[in-house]
Amino acid sequence: MEPTGGAPGRTAADPAADVLEKARVLAEDLALNTVKAWKQKNPGMLAIGHLPVYTPRVMFEAMGCLPVAVFGAGEIDIIKGDSYFQSYICHIPRSTVELGLGGQLDVLDGMVFPSICDVIRNLGGMWKLMFPAKMSAYLDLPQNFAWGLGGRFYMGELKRIAAETEKRGARPLTEEGLRRAIKAENARRRALAELDALRREEPHKARASEAYLVARAGGVMLAEEHEKLIREFLAAARKRTGRPMDNVRVVVAGSFCEQPPLGLIKTLEKAGCDILEDDFQLGLRMIDGDIELKDGMPALESLARAFTERGRDTASRYVPDDTKGQALIRRVKECKADGVVFAAASFCDPALLDQPMLEHALTRAGIPHTSFKFAENTGQFQVIREQAGAFSDSVRLWGGQAA
Amino acid sequence: MTTTTTTVKSEKEAQKDRSQARQKEMIANHFKKLARAKEDGKKVVYTFVPGNLAELISALDMLPVLPEINALQSGMRKRSGAFIQEAEKAGHSEDVCTYVKCDLGMLKKGNIGPTDEPLPPPDLLLLSYTGCFTFMKWFELLREEYKCPVVMLHVPYQAGGEITQEMRDYVVAQLRDEVIPVMEKVAGKKLDMKVLQQHLALSRTAEDALVQVWESARHRPSPIDGYFGGVYYVGPIFSSFRGGQDAVEYYKELLEETNDRISKGLGPMTPDGVMPKEKYRLVVEGPPNWTNFYDFWRMFSREGATIVSSTYTRVGGLYDTGFRHDPDKPMESLADYCLGCYTNLNLPSRIDLLEKYIKDYQADGFLINSVKSCNSFSVGQLLILRQLEERTGVPGGFIESDLVDPRYFGKANIENRVQSYLQMLEARRNGGR
Repeated sequence: MEPTGGAPGRTAADPAADVLEKARVLAEDLALNTVKAWKQKNPGMLAIGHLPVYTPRVMFEAMGCLPVAVFGAGEIDIIKGDSYFQSYICHIPRSTVELGLGGQLDVLDGMVFPSICDVIRNLGGMWKLMFPAKMSAYLDLPQNFAWGLGGRFYMGELKRIAAETEKRGARPLTEEGLRRAIKAENARRRALAELDALRREEPHKARASEAYLVARAGGVMLAEEHEKLIREFLAAARKRTGRPMDNVRVVVAGSFCEQPPLGLIKTLEKAGCDILEDDFQLGLRMIDGDIELKDGMPALESLARAFTERGRDTASRYVPDDTKGQALIRRVKECKADGVVFAAASFCDPALLDQPMLEHALTRAGIPHTSFKFAENTGQFQVIREQAGAFSDSVRLWGGQAA
Repeated sequence: MTTTTTTVKSEKEAQKDRSQARQKEMIANHFKKLARAKEDGKKVVYTFVPGNLAELISALDMLPVLPEINALQSGMRKRSGAFIQEAEKAGHSEDVCTYVKCDLGMLKKGNIGPTDEPLPPPDLLLLSYTGCFTFMKWFELLREEYKCPVVMLHVPYQAGGEITQEMRDYVVAQLRDEVIPVMEKVAGKKLDMKVLQQHLALSRTAEDALVQVWESARHRPSPIDGYFGGVYYVGPIFSSFRGGQDAVEYYKELLEETNDRISKGLGPMTPDGVMPKEKYRLVVEGPPNWTNFYDFWRMFSREGATIVSSTYTRVGGLYDTGFRHDPDKPMESLADYCLGCYTNLNLPSRIDLLEKYIKDYQADGFLINSVKSCNSFSVGQLLILRQLEERTGVPGGFIESDLVDPRYFGKANIENRVQSYLQMLEARRNGGR
């Protein structure tokens, strides 16, 4: 039986059921069995973990490594991790420590902590002390985007981390290797762009909760394999014959680091929201367009320039001009969304400090919005469902005036 | 053990040193200058304490405003609670930094400074992005309000435990290519390098004196309190006065007072006068609470507990490990200053520093005041506690409060914890475990 609209992927006959199940297993692979299998197949090769938001995974792939997204532990019980953090700290560091102390991350040869907030930054320092035998690298992403300043510094950061990874046994970073990896990465990015386009144009064929699984599965895969998975899902989803639902079209913002539980995303959908765009797996979409390889320009410079020149606006990235909120408004307009749902992790300073500025920008632009907070282990969604439902209804009935 | 809950004097009734009175006068004069800035044609720069470029600002004849200082002053003057609620009413989350909300609330209430005079709006927001991500969001928020130019100085983090030449070069290049040109444009004048060097030389003189004051705590009894008293000692050098003659005079007087107390065998000045007997020597990690600052101080001083060293007093510059501003290397030393502030150190380096303080100052214990507002300080403090106890054998205490949100200062709870901790130190001293 074909799904009849709105919620495909829930019946045995759903053409996307198999690929979604494959993606779910990968996305929920907290024991990193996929990574263990990869290392068995590739003896001597390294697996390098990285925290959100953005780490140039492509550089590690070029060195023969498997980059592994360590984006929290969802709803698992936190026992040891809580004893390292005060109650007012967000959830992702405690679940990361829980995984580390529980041995689930033993398969990783190193961890990269990108400079996105004070919590992840300090977690990097803790890692050095708690797991001294492993590589623990802090990636200081530039906040100055002038090429001669921040760009040059960033190139140095990438070279430093590449050298550190090489010392741990990775292959040297070569021009040829990086070019090859960037081509694979660009192919993955195009597939992701197609997935995003399908969500925008036919949200009943590719729901956000499904796109989330398909994207997150890429956290334990090389770009080339991930591209295949995305394309497999795309092919299957396009075969779906469901019809559009009478949902409101929303963009979800603020979940770029700690990830919302899948149940929360589904709750928003059940509450009548088609999530056309989000920042759940922002790292994979951090750069607008391809990483452009040019003749005469070293591939590492291409990679660095892609970040400094075409990095996406987000709370952990300084917006040098007085354009706060403009990027979000642009995205809302591009995907013809009716409104924005802010979903920030509790105690997430960057998201929550950013949010009032974004809200003001949306209000000025006449775009309805609503907000709530979550933690990756949030288990009760009823209140969120009611709030999102009220938002959805108000947008449908009054264009958001009552939101 | 005595109780600390009786007859608590207010801030006005607290006893103070001559140097404190001098500092109060310096601050009052500075705020008067700020209140007159527009009519005097002075340009006003808002900037942060860690990584502040005081010498550059004064060399360009501009006046600094430090929003963190305004926030803490609002906390001490019992105004922060209302300011924070004002910001929360405007949509700011209860989860985020209360310094930011206090500042935004103060702005919405007319931006009246700590001396009850209006603060001028900024001509420039100088975003020294040193050791704290929230700074970046803070000035993005202020930019929305003031619509004035912002210049960002991205200071790399000392993740590897050292300042590398690449980091220094990056900061110097930003100063040279972006920060100084923008400041010159706003100031309407070119930077005179000789004037900058003069200011840097004055900074160095003041820094030498401050380090001598810090190191006086090796004496028994310590003539200073390096945390509660320490926040007064760092006032001028962390804020508007570094690089000026006033700061040099202040630190000269402070050092004289300190040496005088050493010669007389006296302990530090506390809100109740000179501490009669030093019973415990402690090191403190983390910022103080400002809303109940004197209550907090008395919880220690009335029990004979002197804080011989602290890390909070190094957020605006870490001088006692050797750094000095250097007039012969103006740009490089400004860069090293920014890179070297305490909160720009990684966690292992912070633990090393605390261990050094515990050993150098022969501390009986160390205490962590974990503040809700400040992830830069707070994340990792429970690991710091474990590591320090393991390395030094010295017992640690842990309390929680906030910077300027009075809702997070549970006086009875904190007092109980402090007393229990000091009782534990006493029991250990008497052979108990």
